[in-house]
Amino acid sequence: MSNELFRTCPESGLQFHRPAERLMKAHAVVAVVILLIGGIAALLVTLTRWPAVHLLPADRFYQLLTTHGVNMLIFWMISFEIAILYFCSSTLLKVRLATPKLAWVGFTLMLAGIIINNLAVASGTASVMMTSYVPMPANPNFYLGLILFAVGALIGCFIFLATLVIAKDEKTYEGSIPLVTFGALTACIIAVFTIASGAIILVPTWLWSLGYINHIDAAMYRVVWWALGHSSQQINVAAHVSVWYAIAAIVFGARPLSEKVSRTAFFLYIAFLQLASAHHLLVDPGLSAEWKIFNTSYAMYLAVLASMVHGLTVPGSIEVAQRAKGYTNGLFQWLRKAPWGNPIFSGMFISLVGFGFLGGISGVVMGTEQINIIIHNTIYVPGHFHATVVIGSTLAFMSLTYFLIPTLFRKQVAFPAIARLQPYFFGIGMSVFALAMMGAGTLGVERRHWDMAFTGAPLGFEYPASAYTMMGIMGLAGMVAIIGGAMYILVTVVSVFFGKSVESESSYGTATTRLMRAEPIFIPEGGHSAAGKWGFAAPGTFVLAMFFLVTFVLYYAVNWKYLASVWPLS
Amino acid sequence: MSAIQPPAELVWWKQPLDKVEGTWIGIALVWSLIMFFMMPFWHVYGKQNLSSEAYRTTPQAYMAKTQAMVDQYTIRTETSAQLPVVRPPPGSDVYLLGRLWQWWPLLELEKGQTYRLHISSMDWNHGFSLQPVNINTQIIPGYEMVLTVTPDTSGEQTIICNEFCGIGHHTMLGKIYVTEGGR
Repeated sequence: MSNELFRTCPESGLQFHRPAERLMKAHAVVAVVILLIGGIAALLVTLTRWPAVHLLPADRFYQLLTTHGVNMLIFWMISFEIAILYFCSSTLLKVRLATPKLAWVGFTLMLAGIIINNLAVASGTASVMMTSYVPMPANPNFYLGLILFAVGALIGCFIFLATLVIAKDEKTYEGSIPLVTFGALTACIIAVFTIASGAIILVPTWLWSLGYINHIDAAMYRVVWWALGHSSQQINVAAHVSVWYAIAAIVFGARPLSEKVSRTAFFLYIAFLQLASAHHLLVDPGLSAEWKIFNTSYAMYLAVLASMVHGLTVPGSIEVAQRAKGYTNGLFQWLRKAPWGNPIFSGMFISLVGFGFLGGISGVVMGTEQINIIIHNTIYVPGHFHATVVIGSTLAFMSLTYFLIPTLFRKQVAFPAIARLQPYFFGIGMSVFALAMMGAGTLGVERRHWDMAFTGAPLGFEYPASAYTMMGIMGLAGMVAIIGGAMYILVTVVSVFFGKSVESESSYGTATTRLMRAEPIFIPEGGHSAAGKWGFAAPGTFVLAMFFLVTFVLYYAVNWKYLASVWPLS
Repeated sequence: MSAIQPPAELVWWKQPLDKVEGTWIGIALVWSLIMFFMMPFWHVYGKQNLSSEAYRTTPQAYMAKTQAMVDQYTIRTETSAQLPVVRPPPGSDVYLLGRLWQWWPLLELEKGQTYRLHISSMDWNHGFSLQPVNINTQIIPGYEMVLTVTPDTSGEQTIICNEFCGIGHHTMLGKIYVTEGGR
């Protein structure tokens, strides 16, 4: 092991393999550039769906909605996740990355795919939405770009797996891989499944668009495509849950309450999470009720169970770490005394709460076979996934960025005051945005629709005034979230490209970096529970979890009641 | 050891559960099972369930069936485009088609009566969204979906397309008029 190939971060003690470090930087930089493109599209799309503004003409709106969807849901997420995979393998296991040259081939393919796909959409000949349902045709380069990107990402996944093998072989760690790496492995396994499904459907669709295949069954397309479309979002879930655990470890030195429980929960993701593709097919013709019930519930909600477990164990481990530091008053002193001014923590915690309360509950409710009848393809659906993917994944990745700027990029975080406020703007703006969309969706407002007033239609329909109010709130809150996104881009770009470098430990001056030093925690005699209440190590977290459950049960019941009011169907 | 380091104990899977985790897992599992069994329960005791009755079809075959119904049961036309309004007898098979960018024909149904509503697409995917009652299904070309539906509110319902289908998507509306019984 040549020392030149590794550098040790003086602050965090992390060891970076230099070739891996360069790859992580490249993937992260591409990811942030895509976030900027997707963000500009988001601004214009929101300003069009905000009825009082209604900015763009219809063709431009659908084009930019396609740009927004593909860049955010596929390119931004997976580019950032490849950086996470390299970090969780090479850096956390202190091992060289397998075949860096091949990793650059993967990176190049991903970048080429992003460019080709974006050019196809920009040409105006591929405004087919991210889902590109056949037989609506798109420019063949739309599919080709996605395929190239997927091949590149698949190379990244296998390099991650190979790096785990090298670490095991070279004995760079003792015992089992860290929990966070285990979570990344979960994400990687789901990614391989996702990309394989994508190849199965997109390669024939590309050939169809070129005229080599004359027919693709429209229903079959949806079944297989969603094993790409939904599962790719499950990569994000596994990745952002890993990031939550990582941030709990980085900021608090928290250790998992129990390795067994957290790893089993990740294993449940591997086993069941992908079944949720069925969420999109609950009102499709021809699928049996048995198929829908089994798949939409991840076989008896075992993946939901896993998320509920992570939702307890991540804050629970923080609570235990905080109580060990002496924050033991009442149920919530540990939370009040948490570093709310540190965006690494505040972003992660908003991500966790938003993902659970908004994204999680709405996802399970609308994924209930019959309740989907009142929600399918309404704007409730993007309301739900902005809570999961944007508040859950994107905000978690943003929080992690504030840790990566000093450790990986060796730069001081620029504009610390902006960085401190950024998670609040983004997280709260996005929460209200998602809630308003869910409200409008409950009133029947459609997703992917240029004009809820139906201008120019031979027949008309008028939504209730409350639906317009909801869409207005969505527009306003969307602007707050956009400002939060712009703050992130500003801080990241200025830090990385123009920031002061972190020379030595003494130059760590900003509030954001000072707080991330993990202090060794003290475990009281008698184990965790000694610092808790009622024999619980994390009583405050348990109370929060019970509050979550009550919210969940009530909202679930309300939706059944709403369903019972619509016309009888059988 | 924290979550970014290997577990401190080599045999970590024998570490006993903390009470807070065990309790929560038990509660969450019970809730998961309740939600799971709620769906089959609703199939037995609830009134809003989609049938899985569907057939493969072609645009030509489906158009022919729809046209036959329109020829037989049209009661009036609406708008300058002379869109037919069809009033099929209660209990009968009713055909509705979605195409760029129209739901055709307009339907008039009787409150409290049950109809077998067939829906298919002539071209791309469409979304059948009945407002304000709020019933939403996916309409896929090549497939004929059958919903057995009993309108229980009278008045005008609008069919909105809520699956993106191109530039005229926002103009794709249809109507189902529900009249009081006995008329």
